This record gives sequence, structure tokens and C-alpha cells, in this order.
Amino acid sequence: MNLPFVLFYVFAAILLAAALAVVLVRNPVHAALFLVLSFFTASALWLLLYAEFLALTLVLVYVGAVMVLFLFVVMMLDINLDRLREGFWRNLPLGLIVGVVMAAEMIALLARGVSGGAGAAPAPDYSNTRALGEVIYTEYVFPFEVAAVILLVAIIAAIALTLRSRKETKYQDPAAQLAVRPRDRLRIVKLAPETTVTREKGAE
Amino acid sequence: MIPLQHYLVLGALLFAISVIGIFMNRKNLIVLLMAIELMLLAVNMNFIAFSHALNDLSGQVFVFFILTVAAAESAIGLAILVALFRNFRSIHVDDLRRLKG
Repeated sequence: MNLPFVLFYVFAAILLAAALAVVLVRNPVHAALFLVLSFFTASALWLLLYAEFLALTLVLVYVGAVMVLFLFVVMMLDINLDRLREGFWRNLPLGLIVGVVMAAEMIALLARGVSGGAGAAPAPDYSNTRALGEVIYTEYVFPFEVAAVILLVAIIAAIALTLRSRKETKYQDPAAQLAVRPRDRLRIVKLAPETTVTREKGAE
Repeated sequence: MIPLQHYLVLGALLFAISVIGIFMNRKNLIVLLMAIELMLLAVNMNFIAFSHALNDLSGQVFVFFILTVAAAESAIGLAILVALFRNFRSIHVDDLRRLKG
């Protein structure tokens, strides 16, 4: 038993326990925090595979952004837990059957052996980030641009979905302002001529 | 070094756990979204293990794109969740039956 094996098994056990806790705990806030733990542990496992850039990205993007978003939403919503939990254990047998069969199938398949053994450790001066960047900005530059567009779409969609126009807020409508014409604003009123007392010349 | 199978079995177990979670939390939209995140994590684990075992960076690039798409997906999913909660005052899956006809 060398150190990587011990680390792998410790982290794998923590990851599986945290994943089980995510789907089993009652409180969604606790579930989100256990999901943070499982992402952290997965990032440690990826470090064991020398995928440094992705391990750090997982912590920064997932734990730092996505999970904070999850926590925001979970804490913002006032949910009725009792109603959400009804029928929870009733679904256990079916879920357990499907999950166990699925895991057993995959493990049976993998136990027959996979071509390609354990990869070797990279050279000491190898930079994972640099190598990844060289591949992304040359071979995969078009998918990279598409990913940027997907993020833009996500930004616009998230804002458009949650934007709420308050009724009491006063705001300008530039189109209506530009379309205005003089006759909408200016009313010419015909008045009856004023009857003025005209003084006759030389009356005084 | 740790053999490839170990990582693949870990990914399979993680995926099975999240499938069980989807079955059990059928009514809770938030935990459903979290289970989907766990599934994507299991897939990413396999991609990185293969990338390391085959000494090919394409797997890691693919994980990079999966992370991007998953972030977009969860942002939009949570936005839909917030909009739903504003309209129905609940996130119970059984309340979402407007399209039943």
C-alpha cells in the first residue's frame, strides 16, 4: 500500500458518503453543503490524476459559483419540507433496484478488464494548464467559442426569467417618447372671441 | 499508480447513487438538480480517468466543456425554479401540471 492508493480510497469513501448524504438528507441546505463536500473530494481525486487545472476549476467554478447560487436559491425559497418528503421512502425499492442493477452491470463490465492500464506520472516540468491551453486554443477553438456563446445565452436567459417589473416602478418608454407628435401634446382650443368693452373715441 | 478500473468503478457507483437520488427525491426539484450535478461529476470522473490512462488531453478538454454547459444548465434551472416559486408558491413537482390540457 503506497500513499496514492490510501489517498484514493479515503477520498473515494468520502465522496460516496457525501453523495449518499446529498440524496438522503432532509434539509436542502444540508444537501447543498454535502454537494460542496463531494465536489471538493472529487477535485482531490482529480489532482491524483494530475488534472490540476480542472481540479482547481471545479473548486472555483462549482464550489465558488454554482453551489453558492444553489445555496442562495435554497435559502430564498420558503419551501414546505413535509410535503416534499412525502413518498420519499416509498420510492426506495424501485430506485434501489434500478441503481443497484445499473451499478452491478457497469462493475461487471469493468471487472472483465479495460484496455489501457494506469497512466504514468508526467514529467516534473510538465504543466497541465499549459498543455490544456495549447489544445483548447488550437484544435478546439471553435467549440471553445461555442461554449462562450452558451454562457452568454445562459446569462441572458437567467436574467430574463427572473426579471420582475414592479408595478409601482416608473420608467421611461423611449419608443413612445420618440413616436410622439405635436398634436398629441398640444391642443389648440378655439375660444369664443372675448367681448371687450371698447371705448369710443372721444368719449371723454 | 491507481489502475483505471478503480476510477471507473467509483464513477459507476457515483452515477448509481445519483440515479437512486432522482428516484427518491421525485417531488423535490432542488434535490433533483443536485442529483443531476452529481451525475455530471461521475461522468467527468470517467473522462479524466480515461484521459490520464490513455495519455490524451481530449478527455480533459471535454470535461472543460461539460463544466461550462453544466454551469449554464444549473443557472437556467435555478432561474426557472425561482420563477416557478414566484407563481405557484411551491416547488412541488406535482403542482406543475399546467400543460396537462
